[in-house]
Amino acid sequence: MPPSTSRASKVLSMKDAVAEYVRDGDTVVIEGFTHLICFSAAHEIIRQRRKGLTLCRLTPDLIYDQMIAAGCAKKLVFSWAGNPGVGSLNAFRSAVEGKGGGPLEIEEYSHFGMVARLCAGSAGLPFWPLRDFMGTDIPRANDRIKTVTCPFTGETLAAVPALRPDVTIVHAQRADEQGNTQIWGLMGVQKESAFASKNVIVVVEELVSEALIRSDPNRTLIPGIVVSAVVVEPFEAHPSYAQGYYDRDNDFYMAWEKISNTPEGFKKYLDEYVYGVSGRAEYMAKNKGLAERIKASHQVCDGVNYGF
Amino acid sequence: MEETKTNAYTQSEMMAAIAARELRDGEVVFVGIGLPNLACNLARATHAPNLLLIYESGAVGAVPDRLPVSIGDPALVTGSLMVVSMADIFQCFLQNGKIQVGFLGGAQIDRWGNINTTVVGAYGKPKVRLPGAGGASAIAISAQRTLIISKLSKRNFPEKVDFVTSPGMRYPGPGPSVQATSAPYHEVFGKTGSRRSELGMTGAGPVRVITDKCVLELDENVGEMTVSALYPGVRLEEVKAEVGWDLKARRELPLVEPPTARELTLLREKLDPKKLYLK
Repeated sequence: MPPSTSRASKVLSMKDAVAEYVRDGDTVVIEGFTHLICFSAAHEIIRQRRKGLTLCRLTPDLIYDQMIAAGCAKKLVFSWAGNPGVGSLNAFRSAVEGKGGGPLEIEEYSHFGMVARLCAGSAGLPFWPLRDFMGTDIPRANDRIKTVTCPFTGETLAAVPALRPDVTIVHAQRADEQGNTQIWGLMGVQKESAFASKNVIVVVEELVSEALIRSDPNRTLIPGIVVSAVVVEPFEAHPSYAQGYYDRDNDFYMAWEKISNTPEGFKKYLDEYVYGVSGRAEYMAKNKGLAERIKASHQVCDGVNYGF
Repeated sequence: MEETKTNAYTQSEMMAAIAARELRDGEVVFVGIGLPNLACNLARATHAPNLLLIYESGAVGAVPDRLPVSIGDPALVTGSLMVVSMADIFQCFLQNGKIQVGFLGGAQIDRWGNINTTVVGAYGKPKVRLPGAGGASAIAISAQRTLIISKLSKRNFPEKVDFVTSPGMRYPGPGPSVQATSAPYHEVFGKTGSRRSELGMTGAGPVRVITDKCVLELDENVGEMTVSALYPGVRLEEVKAEVGWDLKARRELPLVEPPTARELTLLREKLDPKKLYLK
């Protein structure tokens, strides 16, 4: 079902949203640059045992490493595959180095290349020009990076194809039941990913009234007209974070190296924290003391006058 | 023995201090995690209080209250001047020439300052798969100048990199790992020996390499690295022994001033008290 402009609520459970909008073989974007990475959606996709997905993200992060380990991915499209500040993504490395867990196709860009692909998708254009990749071997490893000549100056620029995912899942602090979505803090490529995609699932910490959204319209990053479903589940982004709600769990990112460096470790984690729970509420209940440990400090800004 | 006397310092402390001194007050810097972050915040606390820190995650004018572990730490947002999308960071700020200094590092660096952060071995069947480009290729192309920070070793400074992820002063030709896949239209991205300005790169490239033994300098005309200053107690032969080619050196080699007591106090007590990066 394409996004509707009717006034019916778009609020669904995570289970129903994934069942409805994520199909085997889909091209999937779960975005959020360090901030607002929707782990609970990935866990639901794993629980529903989706297969053959083309997973696209600038930084695959732990979220796609878990999906690769769980067998959801056919292909990875990315620009930086590491555990930020810690080290490697072990399922990704094992598959790409031929040490088990594959096969996994890869299609590799730079961050700017991935951003540009989403800009093209969100602008309704077939490609996007950018000044990147010259003097590097990246275009030799990825023949979808081509060149274009400026018709005005004659300058040769790199060009990358539009990325048009079947479904994008973005996390946000709050939305109304129509999917008008407000984000603050780092915005990554959330807006471009949403506009580029056929369907969008927005997952929020809080469902709020349309009146609250309208009281601060400059903070709305994604309009309800591009949103197919709204899911409400606090703490969905852990071990990533939601500015003003909870901090990044750096301890978990560090611990992950040890958890994930054997297939058995991966299996144990998935069995306990993904297959072993029905959703985020149970996940949080299993992680005793977590909510308190990562609770955000208080730093509220003064509002502005929107009057005329 | 981790205990150090007041005038003793570690290699990482030296590298952070030297990198900080490369920054001028008022400059706009694209900051990375680790030593670059320490160097920028050290410069801000000493001679460059008006340094503007920009992180690829979208924080502009960040004043991090804690040491960021990731490039997207929430502390980069709190109190910053502006938060923008990544499309804005890469297009309005970086590609549009607003970034004066960028920092780079990597697993392999060649004589021209080309950097590999992609694979060791063949691309299609790597011995070690590294994270890839991230923002580095665009920084290497569009920042007005870049500083490379890396410890010296034959492994880090080989004769030829396995893959060029971020361009230096000359394109060395396709890395051994991708030669088989080369297609003719890719020539426009670089022929063996192409200079960076011929390929349309707008920045001056990696003008300094800050190592644990010396500082190296580069410019597009000369192309390859030249030793320009040594650290106290280091001989030129020791530097040459850590590099996989016949390294050039200036005839006169000044000694770099070691970190001052104030720089060391700031680094140890304020900027990285848990020694995450000052190993």
